[in-house]
Amino acid sequence: MTQTTPPAAPPAAVTTAVPGRRFDAVPLVLVPLLALVALPLVGSINSWITLTVAGLAMGMMIFVIASGLTLIFGLMDVLNFGHGAFIAVGAYVALSALGPLAGWIQTDALGWNLAALLVAALAAMAVTGVLGLAFERVIVRPVYGQHLKQILITMGGLIVAEQLIRVVWGADQKPMPLPAGLRGAVLFGDIAVEKFRLLAVVVGLSVLGAMLLVLNRTRLGLLIRAGVENGEMVEALGYRIRRLFVAVFVAGSALAGLGGTLWALYRETLTADIGAEVMVLVFIVIIIGGLGSVGGCFIGALLVALTANYTGYLAPKFALVSNIVLMVAVLMVRPNGLWPVAKR
Amino acid sequence: MAEPLLTLSGVHTHIGRYHILQGVDFAVPAGGVTVLLGRNGAGKTTTLRTIMGLWRASAGTLTFDGRPIGSLATPDIARAGIAYVPETMGIFADLTVRENMLLAARSGPPDPGRLDWIFGFFPALKTFWQQPAGVLSGGQKQMLSIARAVVEPRRLILVDEPTKGIAPAIIENMIRAFRELKRSDTTILLVEQNVRFASALGDHAVVMDDGRIVHAGPMAALAADAALQGRLLGLSLESHT
Repeated sequence: MTQTTPPAAPPAAVTTAVPGRRFDAVPLVLVPLLALVALPLVGSINSWITLTVAGLAMGMMIFVIASGLTLIFGLMDVLNFGHGAFIAVGAYVALSALGPLAGWIQTDALGWNLAALLVAALAAMAVTGVLGLAFERVIVRPVYGQHLKQILITMGGLIVAEQLIRVVWGADQKPMPLPAGLRGAVLFGDIAVEKFRLLAVVVGLSVLGAMLLVLNRTRLGLLIRAGVENGEMVEALGYRIRRLFVAVFVAGSALAGLGGTLWALYRETLTADIGAEVMVLVFIVIIIGGLGSVGGCFIGALLVALTANYTGYLAPKFALVSNIVLMVAVLMVRPNGLWPVAKR
Repeated sequence: MAEPLLTLSGVHTHIGRYHILQGVDFAVPAGGVTVLLGRNGAGKTTTLRTIMGLWRASAGTLTFDGRPIGSLATPDIARAGIAYVPETMGIFADLTVRENMLLAARSGPPDPGRLDWIFGFFPALKTFWQQPAGVLSGGQKQMLSIARAVVEPRRLILVDEPTKGIAPAIIENMIRAFRELKRSDTTILLVEQNVRFASALGDHAVVMDDGRIVHAGPMAALAADAALQGRLLGLSLESHT
């Protein structure tokens, strides 16, 4: 490069015009706002805290499941209706992993309980990660860019996976043993908070923290964020977006396996269609959050779970439709979701 | 004329059922600026995208630095030394200016000396270094798009209509920046409709019409021949300034 004296700067008005867009903090306010609106409706402060903590725990679990799916859609516009398969497989693998660790989960020692859950979660993530690799290669790759075929074939993949689960683990409902140390509630004065829900909050926040760390502090994260926005330009800069997508697909599948483990422990039972059941909520979450947006997915998951919990308490008959109403309300104000990703 | 760095021979490109490039033949000499001119819809952007592998040539050969690149994937073409500034600028709006530049610098953190050189032309990028690129004005985004392409030395830069809708003061600095790049052995293939910009920079002119090359020669000769301009482009370059 020939170094020469740089030219004079153009007029300040041209180069330093004040940027027009500011950080959008509105979605951050929505979660506390929803909780505050619910407080007078619920009436009892104890019930409100219990419902709120339960909602936050449920939201964290949904976030763990949905975060990978939103990145998968954002990076390659892939509509993976088969994501529920990873949730279900993850839950069943965790169940199998906990079998030989019965001694660790039956003791009251919290350390052994958590160690058992860690082993089960890692096993679930490993199996669903490998399954995700195969799923992407065999089912998703042939239908890149073909949304209708993606919907059909990934739903087909989900159905096949559910049937295979029934073949391997049986068709009957299985009890998912919650470790002894995580049963019951912790009392804060008159307020009882279930121990497992606290664990779910911790796991959800850890996943969020790890994802934000990777996305904002590493080159891989930089590539993922850029790829979600404009994959073609990432390729034109010399990076292979397909490899990146496979890595994200595997990570997203592993997170679904972790989420499935938590969801099964939360329900304390599991059936082969556990994944399909939760997928409705997951899709609502990623649509509300803005497709491809991890931050939006987190806020969306908390809103969906809190809405479900408050409505279930206040008007149980409307619990099923409450999240559809929430989604419609959000999309009427923000058609691209709460925190939409800037798209090419 | 210098040895060609890039050669297109009989290149055809189909987009869906549309036959856009219909046997494109031209060469981009090493060093200097080759300007690709033509009416709207002539196939200029398709030519750049085909070179980058973003759209596949259905027939013909593309050779870069003596190596066929027609079958390479876009990332491999980029890694061969070709940078691309698309008409849409292609900046990552949710990433900061700094992150956009970090991403473009494949071999590691950008060289501080080269960054200072870039800031000399495009000082707004230094001012908004930590701001999301989405908040920049149109001209500032174009600065970033070009800066990203030159953050590391590249053999060939494909630039698609960089002056479209950009303030004259920024265009002046772009001209200076591209002249500096010419001096640094970087070859530029420029799609441009701003004739003053094209004439100020161009060494060679290639004119397209209906997906074919209809003229190739020195830019100065085309700029000086109003009749030729009228015949090739439908109007005089002077009337277009």
